[in-house]
Amino acid sequence: MNAMKKLLGWVDERFPLIETWKLHLSEYYAPKNFNFWYFFGGLALLVLVIQIVSGIFLTMNYKPDALFAFASVEYIMRDVQWGWLLRYMHSTGASLFFVVIYLHMFRGMMYGSYRKPRELLWIIGMVIYLALMAEAFMGYLLPWGQMSYWGAQVIVNLFATVPYIGNDLSTLIRGDFVISDITLNRFFALHVIAVPLLLVAIVFVHLVALHAVGSNNPDGIEIKKNKGADGHPVDGIPFFPYMVAKDGVATVAFLIVFCAVLFFAPEMGGYFIEANNFVPADPMKTPAHIAPVWYFTPYYAILRAVPPMFSSQFPGVVAMGVATMIFFALPWLDRGKVKSIRYRGPIYKAFLAAFVVSFLGLGLLGTLPSTPTYTNIARVLSVVYFAFFILMPWYTKIDKCKPEPDRLTSN
Amino acid sequence: MTDNVDHSKRNMLLAATAAAGGVAAAGVAAPFVLSLMPSERAKAAGAPIEVDISAIAPGAMMSVEWQGKPVWIVRRTPEMLDMLTKHDADLTDPASTVPQQPEYCNNATRSVKPEILVVLGICTHLGCSPTFRPEVSPADLGANWAGGWFCPCHGSRFDLAARVFKGVPAPTNLIIPPHKYLSETKLLIGDDSKGGAA
Repeated sequence: MNAMKKLLGWVDERFPLIETWKLHLSEYYAPKNFNFWYFFGGLALLVLVIQIVSGIFLTMNYKPDALFAFASVEYIMRDVQWGWLLRYMHSTGASLFFVVIYLHMFRGMMYGSYRKPRELLWIIGMVIYLALMAEAFMGYLLPWGQMSYWGAQVIVNLFATVPYIGNDLSTLIRGDFVISDITLNRFFALHVIAVPLLLVAIVFVHLVALHAVGSNNPDGIEIKKNKGADGHPVDGIPFFPYMVAKDGVATVAFLIVFCAVLFFAPEMGGYFIEANNFVPADPMKTPAHIAPVWYFTPYYAILRAVPPMFSSQFPGVVAMGVATMIFFALPWLDRGKVKSIRYRGPIYKAFLAAFVVSFLGLGLLGTLPSTPTYTNIARVLSVVYFAFFILMPWYTKIDKCKPEPDRLTSN
Repeated sequence: MTDNVDHSKRNMLLAATAAAGGVAAAGVAAPFVLSLMPSERAKAAGAPIEVDISAIAPGAMMSVEWQGKPVWIVRRTPEMLDMLTKHDADLTDPASTVPQQPEYCNNATRSVKPEILVVLGICTHLGCSPTFRPEVSPADLGANWAGGWFCPCHGSRFDLAARVFKGVPAPTNLIIPPHKYLSETKLLIGDDSKGGAA
């Protein structure tokens, strides 16, 4: 025991070990009224670790070559011991990553976690979200199935619609005039090295920013304004051990869901891994119905909803891009007097509900083949989607808010 | 400030260093960016191909690969050619004013020989490969369907001259690649050095 203490002292003189532990865990005071919605940040971190570990092991048997990629994935599935588990862990993790992130973002919207002083925290989080989308998109090409190929073909061609530079831009992304072995090799490098490095780095920055400003809470009031004699927030409790214990419960519950999907429905009826992706890529033949994986479908539905203008598909691509980027502006669009939905008036609640309906509705439509009726519904939902953001400065201002409490309330 | 620093000189040196550093950074970035462009091998893969079209039955289509993309060759029947003139009002660009074809194919049938259509099988919307549907009035495409291509991805429709219909996502007609006849039955796709003539 004494030797252990000595070693710790030796390290601590050379590295701020105890100081870091205190700053980020044992003396990081989190609001005491965290509820269900506060599980997802920690869970996102858990999924990131699952993806990195399962990904490293997949890399050991995968071949980033158009001739061998499809077969190497089947080799992992059939011949590598427990290879199927690693592969399904990675594919299930990808989808559940987005489930967790979407819920995490929705939490932020409900409780106004993007408001001052957390604007930068929100922006860093949005960068993580964009990096995650890039990571997922490039990872989906690697199995070199029909959906991999044609999905990449469609998405890269989105860049080709940019006026003047579009064709050169899409050629630069592909490294070839079509999606080819060169593209596959390139996406592999980005998927396993570049984007994961970036992700880990910005997740770290996200946490540093969070611990500097402190966590928001379901009441949307600042616990730092009310400190006790010891200098710690009266309504805060140390992250370690209290929040760690609470997150432990969430981890177990989440892993039950994760394993249920992993073992009983790894393809999730074609939503997590599409049936056509078990057919090798064929540049000569497009599958009868192609749709992106579910987590991109809301944006895909917006893309399809916008008709071509001036002989160009570019307006639809812009609408889709704006739909993803507009979250960045949330901190400045919201003019409400209170942060949390608990003290917001009926107008904000109605708009948020309409936004959720439009997001889910567009997500559903994006998985279906387009028909004139569906396209019209998608157009209405797209308008609702953008109205939530564009009208926000107006409706949050006129909304009748309830007074915020001085102290945190229990659930 | 009472220090003896010459601030204007310092600023000038800072700007000069930043400019020189910027040029160096751009110079170092160039090889990285250029390495992302198509390699010599990728460029060489776009060589022209020879196709024997004698085996295509009237009304049928054959599909060949050129530059990694499908190229369709259709031998249109007189009835098919006849129907091409009847739906100009439903087309976005019936006269092919958008240069999606070589000059020698800018005609009513979008081809060198009226019956043989050579077209790049890539949808001008987002690059899917449309499905050949030569039959007239099938149940799923409606009574007005006179044969053509239907894109399964986003529902774009093209007639048998690969011209796009109005009200679909694809903005322009399909691309006619450069091609020429080497003989009555031999076609060269990707090279038209004699302007498409045999």
